[in-house]
Amino acid sequence: MKTASKLEKILSQGHFVVSGEVGPPKHANAEEIIEHTVMLKDYVDALNLTDNQTAIVRLSSIAAGVHVLQAGGEPIIQMTTRDRNRIALQSDLLGAYSLGIKNVLCLSGDHQSFGNHPAAKNVYDVDSLQLIKIVKDLRDEKRFSCGEELKSNEPRFFIGAAANPFADPFEFRVIRLEKKINAGADFIQTQAIFDMDRFERFMAMVRERDLHKKAHIIAGVMPIKSARAARYMQKSVAGMIVPEAIINRIEQASDPKAEGVAICVEQIKHLKTIEGVAGVHIMAVMWEDIIPTIVREAGLYPRPQL
Amino acid sequence: MIIAESKPLAEIAALIKNARKILLVGCGGCVSVCLAGGEKETGILASELRMLRQVEGNPLETIEVTLTRQCDPEYVEMLANHLTEDIDCIVSLACGVGVQFLAERYQKWVVPALNTKFAGGTVEHGVWEERCGLCGECILYKTGGICPIIRCSKSILNGPCGGSQNGKCEINPDTPCAWQLIYDRLQALDKLDLLLELEPLKDWSQSRDGGPRKVVREDVKLD
Ligand code: SF4
Repeated sequence: MKTASKLEKILSQGHFVVSGEVGPPKHANAEEIIEHTVMLKDYVDALNLTDNQTAIVRLSSIAAGVHVLQAGGEPIIQMTTRDRNRIALQSDLLGAYSLGIKNVLCLSGDHQSFGNHPAAKNVYDVDSLQLIKIVKDLRDEKRFSCGEELKSNEPRFFIGAAANPFADPFEFRVIRLEKKINAGADFIQTQAIFDMDRFERFMAMVRERDLHKKAHIIAGVMPIKSARAARYMQKSVAGMIVPEAIINRIEQASDPKAEGVAICVEQIKHLKTIEGVAGVHIMAVMWEDIIPTIVREAGLYPRPQL
Repeated sequence: MIIAESKPLAEIAALIKNARKILLVGCGGCVSVCLAGGEKETGILASELRMLRQVEGNPLETIEVTLTRQCDPEYVEMLANHLTEDIDCIVSLACGVGVQFLAERYQKWVVPALNTKFAGGTVEHGVWEERCGLCGECILYKTGGICPIIRCSKSILNGPCGGSQNGKCEINPDTPCAWQLIYDRLQALDKLDLLLELEPLKDWSQSRDGGPRKVVREDVKLD
């Protein structure tokens, strides 16, 4: 074990992990985060806290992570390189670790033009791969990105990264994943999977390169509430592929929500059979209370106790 | 070259609203090539401003001079003869460099008539595109001659990010993804191995983040 992360422990014991996601609110009250944590902590092994997702200002992911921790959950804080330079990123890593957070997911983040502050200046002093390396060097080399030594109490994060098998160029996605793993990623969470064929092809390339043995690959799923939501993701969300067949199924269902859950459960059951998939990451933002149902129906309840 | 475009006429008019006589200074350099601030544009702007003020019943007197370059003290000096006491304001149609060179040299209020946009080139008649991020330490030899610093919306050095789809950047379906372009070019030239190594952190102190930069060539200095 490289870290004291519970997530690392569960993964290294070979359990099929389940992670969930909580989007921090657009205000300064943590009640919702705490409620979601209490509701979900027996159904997921860890909870992602998004970092100003889609570039909309929200309660900070680190603060949200602390609320999750206090409510008994295992937080994975997301950290984008959009809003902070290497000084702020490293400072926040030290701060987050001092508050008990053990998992970080390194991202480049959505461009600010998507959010509610499109006139903001982005930072991108470093990119997501470089951030992975920064977190790893703090932990394993005990040095800051400038090379200066970190004399004691280095932050020992379990390092996550994202992979998007649905972005282009497809052939390069696995190579980029390998770059992330070489840079120091311990676990990977993928973009929400709807095009299972493409994901299967991606995983075949992952196995060819033995990447699933070098990092834990957690497959992203997203329950869909309505055909309209599916259509929106198909048309307007960058880096997503939603096949017509899925939209048709929801469109034709008498109960679209139930159909969305059924599709998600089927996907999880299928993902469990793919060699190299170490777990699922359920992204049900604005629909967090469906997660227990999905976890139960997918046969993933109860969760392993440490 | 530096690409610039004219500010809206109303904005320029507001900038000089208290002046009765102005000196409009065009530039024969980059902004002349990109049709924003050359001799012709200077003449047009002068007459537009005069007409506007005529209609308002507050006539404006203009003098127009176009210098070979405004980013060169030698040429800036040539303005001295034209700068009579009664001129209230100088309107520079150069890039931001020219505006500042004029302001540094003359005790007059100088306002810009252009918005200075970027370092780029002509891609078709009437269309100019950004190409160089002026980062101070060129990495184009690693990226097949395509600059990710300015052409990638996130300036990432280990791209493409997860938002790249069908060759387009996540920010806009009309914006090509720089990293897809880089990938395609390296593939065509059989140099994809360049993308296998992690590109380390960039030294932005060479860029604008290090404060105003200066290039000194001892070998061509006169003293
Ligand atoms: S899609 Fe391409 S150009 Fe746009 S931010 Fe991502 S890597 Fe950069």
